[in-house]
Amino acid sequence: MSNLAIMPILLPLLTGIILVFLNKRLPLVRMITRIMVIINLVVVSLIAYNVLQNGTIVLKAGDWVVPYGIVLVADPLAIVLVVTANLVAVACAFYAFNSLDEQRERYYFYPLFQLLIAGVSGAFLTGDLFNLFVFFEVLLIASYGLIVLGGTKEQFRESFKYIIINLFSSILFVTTVSFLYAVVGTVNMAQLAERVGEIEQDGILTTIAILLLIVFATKGALFPLYFWLPKSYTVPPTVISALFGALLTKVGVYSILRVFTLIFVYNLTVTHQILLILAGLTLVFGVIGALSTNNVQLIIAYNIIPAVGYMMLGIGIFSTTALAGTVYYLLHDMIIKAALFFLVGAMVAYAGTSDLRKMGGIIKNQPLLGWLFFIAALALAGLPPFSGFVGKLLILRGAFEEGHYVLAIIGLLTSLLILLSIIRIFINGFWGESKQDKVPEVNPTKGKIVPAAFLLLFTITLGLGAEFIYPTVQMIADQMIDPANYIDSVMKE
Amino acid sequence: MEIVMSVLAGMLFTAGVYMMLQKQILKIVIGTALLSHGAHLFIITMGKLNRGKPPILSEDVTNYVDPLPQALILTSIVISFGVTSFLLVLAYRAYQTNGTDNMEKLRGNDNE
Repeated sequence: MSNLAIMPILLPLLTGIILVFLNKRLPLVRMITRIMVIINLVVVSLIAYNVLQNGTIVLKAGDWVVPYGIVLVADPLAIVLVVTANLVAVACAFYAFNSLDEQRERYYFYPLFQLLIAGVSGAFLTGDLFNLFVFFEVLLIASYGLIVLGGTKEQFRESFKYIIINLFSSILFVTTVSFLYAVVGTVNMAQLAERVGEIEQDGILTTIAILLLIVFATKGALFPLYFWLPKSYTVPPTVISALFGALLTKVGVYSILRVFTLIFVYNLTVTHQILLILAGLTLVFGVIGALSTNNVQLIIAYNIIPAVGYMMLGIGIFSTTALAGTVYYLLHDMIIKAALFFLVGAMVAYAGTSDLRKMGGIIKNQPLLGWLFFIAALALAGLPPFSGFVGKLLILRGAFEEGHYVLAIIGLLTSLLILLSIIRIFINGFWGESKQDKVPEVNPTKGKIVPAAFLLLFTITLGLGAEFIYPTVQMIADQMIDPANYIDSVMKE
Repeated sequence: MEIVMSVLAGMLFTAGVYMMLQKQILKIVIGTALLSHGAHLFIITMGKLNRGKPPILSEDVTNYVDPLPQALILTSIVISFGVTSFLLVLAYRAYQTNGTDNMEKLRGNDNE
């Protein structure tokens, strides 16, 4: 029963290893990938159903007693995120068949893709801080492989910076974990939460908390540490950008969410105040970036940053409403970012350029693409009835309730600017006169719209079905405010 | 002994950061290697240095060394070994493709 918790990691890991050996036979590899992502989604959904019905599943690896061994904790928050990540994975797998050139597919795209999913699921599920570092490395090493896939000049230039930044923050992560181990003598998150509570969070622990925040802020692209993101997320092929934009930064956000709701919650005036300030700055600077460029892919990549800002705002406010909003927004953002990268990728494939000034009138020949993009744009900006609205509403309501008026107003204005930045693509790219000399003979958007539509379906479900989904999210938020539940389920026996 | 090790780790960190701030790609790679050595040394120091004791936790052994940092450092060494070798290959390919190993010349701008 408790072994279920490792399935979301094990399935993609084994698939990835098998695919390495079959690499020469591309049709077979494609078929296995297709089947396995769907099986994986089904399995993960069943586990999620189980967790939401019967409570947290805890797996003690090797049956070691809790503080000594490694634990995997499939609590509602983790499992819901794993399901969403796998949803994105399914869409990405199907998009990859229709968008990658054969050479890239042959050079181990599918194995790396599976390993990335294994790493992301592992990072969500682990209940051990050092193990979190290990899974970070698993997903980062897969991402290093993916970002250079194809080996163009731009890719080498940007990926080197991406790798150095991530390597540096990983080393800082290890150092911080060893600091923490020296102070409290454990790396198990539940036990950390207990012990930090017992000894009161004094100066040194707050310092360690901020060091951890720096690490996760680098991975999750928070205000002063987001500079590496936009360029390095736009150089690889679209499907890889979509994977990165949907999953990688969210793992950083999830880590902040976990650590600052479970472990370091005894000195809110310092740690969460910093989160609030950074959230405000992230919102403003991210959206300025999105408005500053005419490269459509870069606009989407910059839009990742204010989304992280909203989630940080929710964590910083630290009330049930705001945390529920953060979880909702996290789920929404994983889906919508992948969908937007897909749609923009199809747009670029059709127009043959990523420069907005050279596009126009695409909607005449591609009406479906145009209207799907319009829906995605509204969802991103957080207009009802789409999923972004619910998350933003809860976060901003939390901000007003707790008296953070300035931040709430910054959040509202940023929403408008996000809408402006994204609708600019719609107006200039889809409306107006076509600036293309000739329409491409083979329809380049073939097979690219369906995966995006698949994801948008879930955006609409998350928005319209809020009535049904909200109780679950509310339950997750309640558990985050009162971490006793998490601690008990891990520490019992 | 812990103090000496901490100072040593600090020196490795300093040298590593200095190397990372250089312009040549290879020097940056060496910088990351030095940094990770510093981090590893740091982990082992944080678990208290007890030389020649068994890493056992049981009732009849009272004088032991904490086994957990040793497990952590081993994992961390394997990871940094893998990443460093990948980075060396990447540095070489990047040099071949871009024709330069100077980070100043690897700045990208929008108008290209």
